[in-house]
Amino acid sequence: MSIINAVTCPVCGCLCDDIELTVKNNEVVKVKNGCAICESKFLGYKSEHRTRKPLIRKNSKLVEVSLDKAIHKAAEILANANYPIVYGWSSTSCEAQRVGVELTEEIGGVLDNTSVVCHGPSILSVQEVGIPSCTLGQIRHRADLIIYWGCDPWSAHPRHLERYTTFTEGRFEKSDWKGYLQKVKASASKKKVKSALRRGIVKHPPEHLLKPETMSGPPPTMMKEGRKLIIVDVRKTMSAEIADYFIQVEPNKDYEVMQALRALIRDHELDVDKVAGIPVEYLEEVADAMVRCEFGILFFGLGLTMSAGKFRNIDVAISLVRDLNMRTKFAIMPMRGHFNVTGANVVATWQSGYPYAVDFSLGYPRYNPGETTVMDILLRKESDAALVIASDPAANFPRKAVEHLVKKPLIVIDPHMNATALMGDVVFPAAFVGIEVGGTAYRMDHVPLPLKKVVEPPEGILTDEEILTRILEEVRLIKSQKMEAS
Amino acid sequence: MVEEKLRVTLLTGRTIEQGVGKERGKVSKEYFEAVSMCYMDAGDMKKLGIKNNTNILVSTENGSVVVRAVKYPRAATPGIIYIPYGPWANVICSNKTSSIGMPSFKGTPAEVEPAPDKPLLTMKELLKSEFGR
Repeated sequence: MSIINAVTCPVCGCLCDDIELTVKNNEVVKVKNGCAICESKFLGYKSEHRTRKPLIRKNSKLVEVSLDKAIHKAAEILANANYPIVYGWSSTSCEAQRVGVELTEEIGGVLDNTSVVCHGPSILSVQEVGIPSCTLGQIRHRADLIIYWGCDPWSAHPRHLERYTTFTEGRFEKSDWKGYLQKVKASASKKKVKSALRRGIVKHPPEHLLKPETMSGPPPTMMKEGRKLIIVDVRKTMSAEIADYFIQVEPNKDYEVMQALRALIRDHELDVDKVAGIPVEYLEEVADAMVRCEFGILFFGLGLTMSAGKFRNIDVAISLVRDLNMRTKFAIMPMRGHFNVTGANVVATWQSGYPYAVDFSLGYPRYNPGETTVMDILLRKESDAALVIASDPAANFPRKAVEHLVKKPLIVIDPHMNATALMGDVVFPAAFVGIEVGGTAYRMDHVPLPLKKVVEPPEGILTDEEILTRILEEVRLIKSQKMEAS
Repeated sequence: MVEEKLRVTLLTGRTIEQGVGKERGKVSKEYFEAVSMCYMDAGDMKKLGIKNNTNILVSTENGSVVVRAVKYPRAATPGIIYIPYGPWANVICSNKTSSIGMPSFKGTPAEVEPAPDKPLLTMKELLKSEFGR
């Protein structure tokens, strides 16, 4: 039995690098410091749902084949395709992504990563407006106003608050952990009162308890010293429950709220009473808090990139932060989802010049989101083969796109059996990146961190990088044979 | 009065259960239970005359799917339903990409009706019925 310290968690964009694993007989048996998802990954990787052998579809059923046969079949599909798509990449290492770029260039396909359905719009806006950002370390030590807009860190990045923002002990800013305890206690007693009222235990309840809960103005905690946490969302999330102030926006109306805040911090008066369901006086208080802080940070999530306005929402969020920098110091950061989706953008950029949706079909890289994005290619039914790696588009793309994806030959490389693999034509089981193979991954603030290999992969299972390299070699062989024959 | 149908706004997104389920394995029971459900406002559920864990049929202009209705525990969210990311949500999500490659996964207009007699399909059954694979 051995204990491995400082393991980087390969789950979300937080890349927590303080995980402690206990390994016994080449198996992870205990996880310390991790969140629920981290624990599920480190203990679930060896689950019964894992495939151990490459599979090929024969008579509409997936059957086990040898690795060589599967590699040859995959290479044949890609070498003969006219306009293949190569998609995924967010849950694998930069080393594998690098081979992916080479492979896509070789087959003249389209390289795209999961940011197309995640923070792709954010990238478009950054390219237009720029981004005033920083590292998570700076936020941890200095930020006294933390805003999460359209994201729920408690559910999607469970340790983000605890490691980098409100509940972390920074050098210049203290943790707001006590405030959290008070809020939890208050919320528990509120529930008790409600339950007592419902059961009729309290005979003459005071009037304020009988009123239905409506959105209220900023609570007194907004005026307190130290770290403040504001959550803006369309529904009360888990994170919203522990915020100092929760602002509920009507769905698809974030753009209006941000423009209103921009006007307010420039001391303009608004001639409406409410913006997206929020009274203007509440927004004024928020604008005040933004201007008054020493160093603020705006984290934004898919609530902005996926709802109406899409990349225009990010444009205005970045512009808001730019405006705020005229009055105080403020930064903005996207909450990147998968652990190496940032790396996928970084690798694609340094290899081809573009972060995603890179089209190599003309022999040189071309980038035109809306045309070369995988989603649009699938909806226009243009691709004639696909390689999907370290992602599950069948579970995450709209139905129309998946319909075309599965109609054409589909190669899947993934450690787990997932919806895409179930519908694939060639399926490769791969080693788990960050558990069975090391590598590099980029945190959401673009800090590269090493991933550790803690156990050996099952016999015969290759890594993403090895599988891609072998497919690439086979593609080159097939192409050279074709050239000779002609 | 019980209504037959309710017009709502459909949101999709992450939940901690979906995160735990997807890491446990996409064909696991945990994942199935975490993503084949739909958070609904308690008041809206009353309007439709349904209880917790009743199956409902959610329809958009892109299709319809049967999911399990669960009362949203945190606050009132009238007119909003929330289905975690997964194959069930994507059957009905909008595929309009606004020419930037990003479909509208949040804020899609939808209709909800009770469907206690319609079965909740498993992942394999769902893929078979939607894509024939």
